[in-house]
Amino acid sequence: MLQVENLTVYYKTIRGYVQALEKATFTLADGEIMGLAGESGCGKTTLGHSLIYLRPPMNYIGGRVVLDGQELPIWDMEKMQEFRYRHISLIPQYAMNALNPTRKIGKMIAELLESRGVSYSEILPELKRRLDLVQLTQDVLKMYPIELSGGMKQRMVMVISTLLNPSLLIADEITSALDVSTQKAVCEMLVEFRDRGFVKSTIIITHDISILYQIADSIMVMYAGQLSEKAPTEVVFQDPRHPYTRMLIGSLPKVGVRYQEERLRGIPGSPPQLLNPPPGCRFRDRCPVAFGRCTEVPPFLEISPGHSVACWRAF
Amino acid sequence: MEQEQPKKVRSEFIFFAWRNAKLRIGVSILLVFIVFAVVGPFLVKYDPYEYSGPMGAPPSREHWFGTTIFGQDVFSQFALGTRSTLTVGLLGGCIGTMVGILVGLLGGYRGGMLDEFLNVITNIILIIPTLAVLIIIAAYLEVRGILTQSLFIGLTAWPWAARAIRAQTFSLRVREFVDLARITGRSSLRIVLTEIAPNMMSYLLLVFILQFGGAVLNAATLDFIGLGPTKGVSLGLIMNNAVLWAALQLGMWWWLLPPGATIAAIVGALYITNVGLDEIFNPKLREM
Amino acid sequence: MGRYLGRKLLIYALTFFLAVTIDWMIPRFMPGDPVSLMIARIGTRPEAAEVLRGYFIQAFGLDVPLWQQYLNFWKALFQGDLGVSIWLYPQPVIKIIQRAIPYDLFILLPAILLSWFAGNHVGALAARARWLDNTLLPVGYLLTATPYMWLAILLAWSLGNVAGVFPIAGAYSFSIRPHLSLRFILDLLHHWFLPFLSLFLVMFGGWAIGMRNMIIYEMESDYSRYLEALGTPQKLIRKYAFRNAMLPQITGLALQLGGIVAGAVATEVVFAYPGIGYIILNAVQNQDYFLLQGCFLFIIIGVLLANFLIDIVYVIVDPRTRLGMTGE
Repeated sequence: MLQVENLTVYYKTIRGYVQALEKATFTLADGEIMGLAGESGCGKTTLGHSLIYLRPPMNYIGGRVVLDGQELPIWDMEKMQEFRYRHISLIPQYAMNALNPTRKIGKMIAELLESRGVSYSEILPELKRRLDLVQLTQDVLKMYPIELSGGMKQRMVMVISTLLNPSLLIADEITSALDVSTQKAVCEMLVEFRDRGFVKSTIIITHDISILYQIADSIMVMYAGQLSEKAPTEVVFQDPRHPYTRMLIGSLPKVGVRYQEERLRGIPGSPPQLLNPPPGCRFRDRCPVAFGRCTEVPPFLEISPGHSVACWRAF
Repeated sequence: MEQEQPKKVRSEFIFFAWRNAKLRIGVSILLVFIVFAVVGPFLVKYDPYEYSGPMGAPPSREHWFGTTIFGQDVFSQFALGTRSTLTVGLLGGCIGTMVGILVGLLGGYRGGMLDEFLNVITNIILIIPTLAVLIIIAAYLEVRGILTQSLFIGLTAWPWAARAIRAQTFSLRVREFVDLARITGRSSLRIVLTEIAPNMMSYLLLVFILQFGGAVLNAATLDFIGLGPTKGVSLGLIMNNAVLWAALQLGMWWWLLPPGATIAAIVGALYITNVGLDEIFNPKLREM
Repeated sequence: MGRYLGRKLLIYALTFFLAVTIDWMIPRFMPGDPVSLMIARIGTRPEAAEVLRGYFIQAFGLDVPLWQQYLNFWKALFQGDLGVSIWLYPQPVIKIIQRAIPYDLFILLPAILLSWFAGNHVGALAARARWLDNTLLPVGYLLTATPYMWLAILLAWSLGNVAGVFPIAGAYSFSIRPHLSLRFILDLLHHWFLPFLSLFLVMFGGWAIGMRNMIIYEMESDYSRYLEALGTPQKLIRKYAFRNAMLPQITGLALQLGGIVAGAVATEVVFAYPGIGYIILNAVQNQDYFLLQGCFLFIIIGVLLANFLIDIVYVIVDPRTRLGMTGE
């Protein structure tokens, strides 16, 4: 179980702080697969990365993160070390290049595990079982990354990242580099990993909501560094309450069709500068239903079980 | 929004350029030498090869950098030599960059057989040691001037620049805006000139700076082994004479040290400028 | 792997072909007439000049059609016949070059290898220690920007002339005849040190800076970030980064060979060290074209051999080339 309270992370630049993540508060239940969606630059990657690897130019400003009842020292690079991989793990966006090109994969895994105090020979049988599960032959351990196809590398990284059965897995845009059929297989694997107990909870960061429709239990939408809405997947698609979520869903021609534009075609305007964002709700300028109250920041409130929204119109 | 972009980029460039200490140091040193190369020869009191003073005298008020073993004024030689060294660097650097751009853009944009051919040529010339070729060419030239020297230096120095520019062109030609230009039916030449080249301007500047430095060093080595301009002075030639006439054995440091120190300072300043510019152009390298 | 080396060999063969052609072409097609030039230099009575002209024309093989001159040039080349020196008449060019080559290897091999190893290690250290980085960067850039001959002059002047610790000319003292004894070897090393040091220092600066930049780049690369996110200690990440940063440094060595040749020539001239560079200086001063052409060919052969050696090393250390998966 993951609890995040008022997590605030800024980027330090020479012109000042870019307010990339503002007071994020949410919980993630055991076994939950949550999709984290929004336009690029909305802070979803900042949120995902700050949970495992908060390093400059990211700056911890405030807030708490509690995983399985234990507070994570995310502001301390050193102290976080023991939580990484064992408790929180990451499948990076760049999975294609995530493996050292000049080491045989098996050797690299062995060195990685030994450096974390885990015996490679003890874990090898389990590693082989998991390779079978994702339909990789055991020969890949004797290969160099360059000998694997893109899809194979993706699956290899998924196996490596989850090998120590972490409580929380963060999957960052893992499908964006893949073709549609591979995307589906990768997503199903994430569900399978959860079902088999390799990971407890999963956060899937993506700009592609339609991917989430098939596999996510819940979806959280972000806009310009603020949480907009979090609800079970069905609710997000059927009854979204935040105007931004509505437009996001509405801009899909129909459910299941992907959009790839970085800036949503259906929504006029662009997100505000996060260097000195206007006070209040940051969606205000593009919002068709904005009113006077929106100059105050709306709280992220639970309006029905499992459904939270940050919009004055929704309360 | 779209119109604002260039202006914003330019002001950002100036902003970061001013903050970058490496760039400030490098450009300042270069400016000092450029001004000296322009003004220096007018301050000179003697003809560089005139026997104007005591033989082998250390620096004095009369002869600021002392005299050679024949009594020639080292400062006069030095001032004129700095001018010719910078000229060779500038001309040789320009020619090398031009040829590099031409070969790199052509191969990178056209691709196919032409690219294969240019690539093989580039690789071959890259392997042949530049100086060896320059030596053999220069040795057979009866009259060598600064211009011919620059020309030959430039014509042998382009391969690595061509390779780098080719790689850049490759990555640019598949970008959307180039596709767009192609769809609208513009000619290849116009696309290369209007769409691809401007997007590499910063990169080309870096290439030119490195070519400049390389040309200065190459010219100095050629001059030093006696294959410099047959008439006139250059920094390498001063060192050549100094070593040939036993300035080392006689400990005439004023004759030996200034020319080499100047070359090191100019080339060093060029490198530092290059690093500084690189940091400005590539936001990743900027220190926070 | 076979394809990779095969392609390289093809390029080298083409390069050699082109170099020999240049070597043949330049005396024949450059403006000016080297034969008259040489005769003018020797400056004898007119009738002797005519005899000399006849000799030179024959020696250059200029009395047959061009295509045949070209074929003859290759033929002579394979028989090891590079002509006769004018500077050290009547010694064959190949003999003079053979005498010089050991001296070149004697300073170049240690200078290249040691500067490469030392530069790589210091560069890697600088990437992690701020104080070292702040010293190394300016010093390294200054060293790479320094013309070889000037550093040589500086060392010769300071350590040779002012301090008087090292000799500044020749490969050994005139008073000793070359023979195998401890005294001679020590004398040889004593003369060797300064030319070696000046070559070493300039190259060291380049390698150290190159390694520093490469390792920073590797530490920012995706595989490093992935390992960091999985809590891998810096030690292992650095180890990987160092290993991977070495690879471009090996290719860098091949690219630097041309510059190293120039450096060796300049350094040998300063220290009157009897390698190819010193011979080139004398050939230039005596307008000894045969000798110059011979030196040119030997430099090309040396650079091509070194390139091929580096290729083989590269294939051994980089799995990607072994698997034949790179376009290069």
